[in-house]
Amino acid sequence: MQKDIKRLSLILLFAPFALWIILLIILPHIGMVMLSLREKVAPRVYEYSFANYLEFINEPIYWNTLLRTGSMSLLVTALALLIGFPIAYYIAKIAGPRARGGLFLLCLIPLWVSDLIRSFGWILLLRETGVISNFLLWTGVTGTPIEFLYNDAAVIVGLVYTVILFMIVPLVSTLDGMDNSMIEAGYNLGGNGFTVLRRIIVPYAMPGIVAGCIVTFMLTAGSYLTPILLGGKNSSWFTEQIYNQFITRFNWEGGAAFGMLLLMFTSFVIWLGLKLSGQTLANTVAKS
Amino acid sequence: MLATNKTTPFLFGYRLYVLAFFIFLAAPLISAGAFAFNDSLFPALPWQGFTLDWFFSDTEPKLGMFHDRRLLQGLYYSFVIAIFVAALSVFVGTTNAFLFVRGDFPAKNFFYIMMVVPLVIPGVILGISILVLASDTANFVENKFDLELEFLRPGMLLVVLGQFSFIATITSLVITARLKKFDETMEEAAFNLGASRARVLRTITLPFLRPAMFAAGIVAFLVSFENFNTTLFLVGSEAPLTITMYDRMAKVGSTPVLNAVSFFLMVGSGLLALLSILIQRDKNA
Repeated sequence: MQKDIKRLSLILLFAPFALWIILLIILPHIGMVMLSLREKVAPRVYEYSFANYLEFINEPIYWNTLLRTGSMSLLVTALALLIGFPIAYYIAKIAGPRARGGLFLLCLIPLWVSDLIRSFGWILLLRETGVISNFLLWTGVTGTPIEFLYNDAAVIVGLVYTVILFMIVPLVSTLDGMDNSMIEAGYNLGGNGFTVLRRIIVPYAMPGIVAGCIVTFMLTAGSYLTPILLGGKNSSWFTEQIYNQFITRFNWEGGAAFGMLLLMFTSFVIWLGLKLSGQTLANTVAKS
Repeated sequence: MLATNKTTPFLFGYRLYVLAFFIFLAAPLISAGAFAFNDSLFPALPWQGFTLDWFFSDTEPKLGMFHDRRLLQGLYYSFVIAIFVAALSVFVGTTNAFLFVRGDFPAKNFFYIMMVVPLVIPGVILGISILVLASDTANFVENKFDLELEFLRPGMLLVVLGQFSFIATITSLVITARLKKFDETMEEAAFNLGASRARVLRTITLPFLRPAMFAAGIVAFLVSFENFNTTLFLVGSEAPLTITMYDRMAKVGSTPVLNAVSFFLMVGSGLLALLSILIQRDKNA
């Protein structure tokens, strides 16, 4: 009797989980794989083939865009880590207890503002008639208005801005858990700042670093708004290709293949990152 | 890089860096909000004087956000969608928390990973995969049974499902973390005092989880409200605010009314986020 109740409650708890994962994650992805392998041979007649993937390989614009998206995403991830780590360290270890909460809160607030508004803010700052250009004119640094928008640098600044908080938050939570005496011990044993950083702090913060990098990379590679709004017509971001296939050209088969390629690519990078750092998904992303 | 109280040049430089970072963090938000109060037809300098027209004016060309039917409609749809997403995600998040903290079943670790996975799938892909499955199903039913299933076409339901598909992971993680801290002897004590299972759940366990459920709900609401990538592919005629704003920005070009909406959203989500932090802090201390 008691055992039956336990089993029943387990089944009842498992049901929502299973429905969610099967209906909204697994089946849709199977459907997307099937669709991506379909080729239109005549109106309303389809055959299974790799034609959509071959089109990707045969058209340099497509794979160039994917490689570009991937390499810029890696660059953004690296920049976010480099810029964000000292900030996270400051919040977790150097700021006083009062300032710590306040600074962390300041970091969290932009997190809840949508990508659209953040990109919009950057447009207002960077464009020819924008704040920075006007400021430079006013100070006399330059004589003519400068257009900072619609180039790769603007896209990178905007992307780093969008994702850096997803880097800082997990870093702060892991560094918070580190005992200060570990750092002091490192110094007492004769290590200098750099050795302590390399041999003690970074290894300890590894789960946070990996979690931050995974989420940051995934968000960057999958972002749509920031590259398009800040990069203009030549942003060549891969999500834009997917959108064009789906919505503009109504080529769902091709779009599904592109979606699969992006998914395989990001999964591969995440898998590689986990393998190289010796971490798992459960002890990094699931903790943050 | 050690916490010292002496103000060395290094520490001074470090502080400057932190300050510069927070200016970087604030600058676009301030500029997105500030131009809402500029008495000009374009969100750009020079400053023409302070005005509240972009919120309250009811005449063109300076139609304020509270008189702009399409923006208000977008706000309303966003709100409805976010409420449904939050309710669904908190429910599934709570059952998941019990499942993974209390439950004991084969391949638990594997299923736990499965629960985390939606968080690392790009939002665009969640959107198109759900769009594809829903359309395939609708087409299949239409061809076989000559039945048009309108709800499987892009629209409100698909947007809710698409956002729910990854927001449920977030709420599950938040509520699971809270349930792990629960002291099970409290439940045992209640059982010893003769309480029934349902009663223990209602009077002890759920009240303990309530702050986490509430905070998770607010987070789900905010994430749903600002979501763009997943929504983009699933949206029908009832476009939520982010999509409406994007259309306006891409097609009409931006006017300060978008700054007014931005300002409104920033204040709203800031207050909600603050509320969720206060709720969690009170009960954890």
